[in-house]
Amino acid sequence: MSKIEEQNSGKKEGEIRYLTPLNIDTSTQKKYCRFKRTGIKYVDYKDPDFLLKFVNEQGKILPRRLTGTSLKYQRKVSVAVKRARHLALMPYVADMLK
Amino acid sequence: MNHYETVFILNPVLSETQIEEAVQKFIDFIKTNQGSMTIQENWGLKKLAYPIENKKSGFYHLFEFAAPSEAVAALEVEFRRDERIMRYLTVKLDKHSLAWAEKRRKKNKAKA
Repeated sequence: MSKIEEQNSGKKEGEIRYLTPLNIDTSTQKKYCRFKRTGIKYVDYKDPDFLLKFVNEQGKILPRRLTGTSLKYQRKVSVAVKRARHLALMPYVADMLK
Repeated sequence: MNHYETVFILNPVLSETQIEEAVQKFIDFIKTNQGSMTIQENWGLKKLAYPIENKKSGFYHLFEFAAPSEAVAALEVEFRRDERIMRYLTVKLDKHSLAWAEKRRKKNKAKA
């Protein structure tokens, strides 16, 4: 009987409901694209210290969702990092880069 | 005529005169192919991020030049033939990168 009632009201069985909404801490600081904010139009592959901000400790390129870079500049960052790698300014594989 | 930028790495075992000779060779090569040099920069001996040809360092040089596109293809062939060159990269400069390159040049000048 109770099952039919649940189906009627659109709730599935096993759904967890809370009396008070869960308090999940999320950072309120919004991510931003540093290129758009500072007005940089070109990502230079000759500056490995700057490109280091967009890779993790293993030298892998960080995703946009972590750095906040806009798609337009993420593409340029990835090209710049790959060029820097070719010229041995940055490593292809590394450990403890930072 | 387009603007280009080339970075190449010279073998670290070369002596100073040999390096100058190699750099001069490529400057002459660009000039004989109707190109004109903008700047030539020497970054000196730098440590490589990973070994190339079992060497851990190399002499970096940067060229900025304007040349017809056929000259670039010929230059790259020349780079490949030269045993002293360990790595090279040629990039075409668009208007944003040209502005950036100019800014960089000014900054370097102010430093020196």
